[in-house]
Amino acid sequence: MSVAKPLPHDAAPLHVAGTARYVDDIPVPAGCLHLAFGMSPVAKGRVTSVDLDAVRAMPGVVAVLTAGDLPHANDVSPSAHDEPLLSDGTVHYLGQPVFVVAATSHLAARKAARAGTIDVAEETPILTVDEALAANSRFEGGPVVWTKGDPEAALEAAPHRLTGSVKIGGQEHFYLEGQAALALPQEGGDMVVHSSTQHPTEIQHKVAEAIGTPMNAVRVETRRMGGGFGGKESQGNALACACAVVASLTGKPVKMRYDRDDDMVITGKRHDFRIDYSVGYDSEGRLLAVDFTQYARCGWAQDLSLPVADRAMLHADNAYRLDAVRITSHRLKTNTQSATAYRGFGGPQGMVGIERVMDHVARVLGKDPAEVRRLNYYAEARAEGADASGGRFSAKVKGEPGKKLETGDLASRGAVEVESGPSGSRRYGGAYSPKPQGGNTTPYGMEVTDFILGDMTERLMETSGYAARRAAVAEWNEGNRLLKKGIAFSPVKFGISFTLSHLNQAGALVHVYQDGSIHLNHGGTEMGQGLNQKVAQVAASRFGVPLEWVKITATDTGKVPNTSATAASSGSDLNGMAAKAACDQIRDRMAECLAGLFQGKPSDVVFEGGEVRVGGEAMPFARAAQLAYENRVSLSATGYYRTPGLSWDRVKGAGTPFFYFAYGCAVTEVVIDTLTGENRILRADLLHDCGTSLNPALDIGQIEGGYVQGAGWLTTEELVWDDTGRLRTHAPSTYKIPACSDRPDVFNVALWDAPNRSETIYRSKAGGEPPFMLGISAWLALSDACAACGPGWPDLRAPATAEAVLAAVKRARG
Amino acid sequence: MKTTLTVNGRSHQVEHDARRTLLDTIRDDLGLPGTKKGCDHGQCGACTILLNGERVNSCLCLTAMHDGDDITTIEGIGSPDRLSALQKAFVEKDGYQCGYCTPGQIMSATAMLREVSEGAPSYVSGDLDGAALTDAEMAERMSGNLCRCSAYPLIREAILMASEAET
Repeated sequence: MSVAKPLPHDAAPLHVAGTARYVDDIPVPAGCLHLAFGMSPVAKGRVTSVDLDAVRAMPGVVAVLTAGDLPHANDVSPSAHDEPLLSDGTVHYLGQPVFVVAATSHLAARKAARAGTIDVAEETPILTVDEALAANSRFEGGPVVWTKGDPEAALEAAPHRLTGSVKIGGQEHFYLEGQAALALPQEGGDMVVHSSTQHPTEIQHKVAEAIGTPMNAVRVETRRMGGGFGGKESQGNALACACAVVASLTGKPVKMRYDRDDDMVITGKRHDFRIDYSVGYDSEGRLLAVDFTQYARCGWAQDLSLPVADRAMLHADNAYRLDAVRITSHRLKTNTQSATAYRGFGGPQGMVGIERVMDHVARVLGKDPAEVRRLNYYAEARAEGADASGGRFSAKVKGEPGKKLETGDLASRGAVEVESGPSGSRRYGGAYSPKPQGGNTTPYGMEVTDFILGDMTERLMETSGYAARRAAVAEWNEGNRLLKKGIAFSPVKFGISFTLSHLNQAGALVHVYQDGSIHLNHGGTEMGQGLNQKVAQVAASRFGVPLEWVKITATDTGKVPNTSATAASSGSDLNGMAAKAACDQIRDRMAECLAGLFQGKPSDVVFEGGEVRVGGEAMPFARAAQLAYENRVSLSATGYYRTPGLSWDRVKGAGTPFFYFAYGCAVTEVVIDTLTGENRILRADLLHDCGTSLNPALDIGQIEGGYVQGAGWLTTEELVWDDTGRLRTHAPSTYKIPACSDRPDVFNVALWDAPNRSETIYRSKAGGEPPFMLGISAWLALSDACAACGPGWPDLRAPATAEAVLAAVKRARG
Repeated sequence: MKTTLTVNGRSHQVEHDARRTLLDTIRDDLGLPGTKKGCDHGQCGACTILLNGERVNSCLCLTAMHDGDDITTIEGIGSPDRLSALQKAFVEKDGYQCGYCTPGQIMSATAMLREVSEGAPSYVSGDLDGAALTDAEMAERMSGNLCRCSAYPLIREAILMASEAET
């Protein structure tokens, strides 16, 4: 068996030797053109003139295009057709592409782009949450509201109440490989595009629209990305479309790569949020009523903002059973970069809201926040084995996947076009809210049947020595005036599946060659998470051969069509199952053939240890493949998988959007300097649930990396826009991501080793996004350290930069 | 302009614009794409090379200033079938995720291990005569090479493994 083994990434020797190819490393044919965008110098206005004469006169310039020069669709939006490739005469954020230059070199294109003059009749930009609210500048007609129980009555009746608000910053992806695309024109107007994208099908679709061909004339290939993190789900569209259009017009190969500053100024980031809360609770700390209002700053275009904001609502409960809750979500349109997918997809923001509430209640009651958290947990699942098959789901697969789709952009998470309702609030709660199926339901009516955080918390409390360390921290703080320590525990419950149910499907293509080597292709993309390795392990174990016999080739829309983005942590769940289905077909055909040849039963043919055994015979797998070929057995198959049991109505906010939940918990200890606000993570203990891990080494890498990236989001990574809407933090010199020295000094990471109760590939669980939210414990620990400075509520914002910590210390001191 | 460089033991004469960086020369003129462009600002370390044996960010070096200099890139450290001890350690420990920063990490660590063995102090060394490669020393000495996947724990394990193999 090749599954459940800690094997390194598949391309390891290539990576360490520098021979693993990214888009910018692909040798280009002679005469390749390079592109650069000319960008809007202001955040909002009407373009009055664009003077490009100087651009055309620059050395090496071959062509300059504005919107009017585009032969077909001027649209790179993954959702609402509201994102032109080049400005349509109005500009909506500072950095918006207005024209594109094609030149003989990358540098020539960049220099020429700077020579253009764009005159804009400026208008006052809408930049902040308050400005957007005042102008009623938003996506969807009004706020989306989901309700469970009667939060108003419960608030009224609660013995204690508090209110508060938390600001949560956005996050730049800072994939180390910037956005890049290369278009190679083919005969008859066809186009091949190499793109650094998590979503080749979306690139194919947008490129086809941009060059006026059906999708079958465009083939997109993605070998790998140098990091994605959600930033390459829709943000690669502009580069691929620009390259394809210029390639189509000139007949030349065309490449585009954003320089780092351009990348940070042009592309969308994680949504920043403000979350207001009003809470009713009892003297033990049990929450009796919660009323959240989430304000998401979505930027200028819709992109994936609606499902991101939905997922923030879907995780407003995190691990806690809330019987009376209202979640109101405002999706605000601002003159900033169009915020987009980022690891967790709104989930982290939603979780920060409820974790802040837990801390606030515990602080007021003078209790250990960890105890308040546990008190509010969902009920623990029944003992393992009682319902191990995931039988809670109805067999019904959602029947009408395309019902509401009118955009034609079916493969994007932004695809659902929900009709904008009348202005003002639309409430789906009250009389319309789903009937709870029992006591253990989420705010959206899904029963939580696989909750294991009670046991996981118990284990982590023990292994991390939480209670003793909490006491030690308090004692240490008594004796230290300038430095203060803090410690915090936080859990994660993250829903796994695309919330747009029809995206939960995948395909694979497997060939067995007559020498026994195996070629595998699937719809997922490799961005460092080790997806190819996991899927190859599945294939190797189905055929009972060593892993080296399986080659995974670049993701290619010509091999596996209609793929979903490699996103929502779904990569191995979906593609692993699809690959398994393809392998099993070939294996069954081989078994039937060999059983006939050797007088055995097909069901008795064994594939194991590189051999095939049948009717007392044993032969190498290669020999078996050769025999099957000679007996005219097809050794190629496609596999297909769709996640069962999903049904979700995002308008009502009711149903079963998730196949299962992935769990994790963390304890973090920090120290702050009360004179400067500087701080360090001293120790982190993580316990995370990957079901039966397909590859513990890769999963632990995801958990460690996710935690550090999550902690980075909430501590050092600060995005700053000035009052003209210019992003001031547009390079690593001003935007601080974690470095080697920011890793916790003591870092203990463990897997919770228990099979997934739902029927996933080898009972594993998705691990891409969930561990990101373990980083919330670092932010809570900083808040705890600030709270040690005085009796006041520190009201720490996120990110907790040194400046923010210092301000919180002052508030605590009162 | 014309500049002569020795890269991975081979002499090259390149013709270039006065403002061309060594990074662009290496990637685009010499066709050695193993050296990566992450930020082009000297902040991320993905473009680290050895310049006359010292580690530098090649995006901050002007080609014109390095006539006659000796350069080693990741391609000069080892090939997939002939890996250096450090490269092998990165494979063994799976010291990366997306791999984009990996060539820079390996170039930087190659020089860093030599600096430690030669007794060069770092910002956190207690003694100007250098220090042993503790966890704190490694974190400080490798802090110029960013990894957005945050594979730092395994990167550090890989470097430690290679340093122990050497001594």
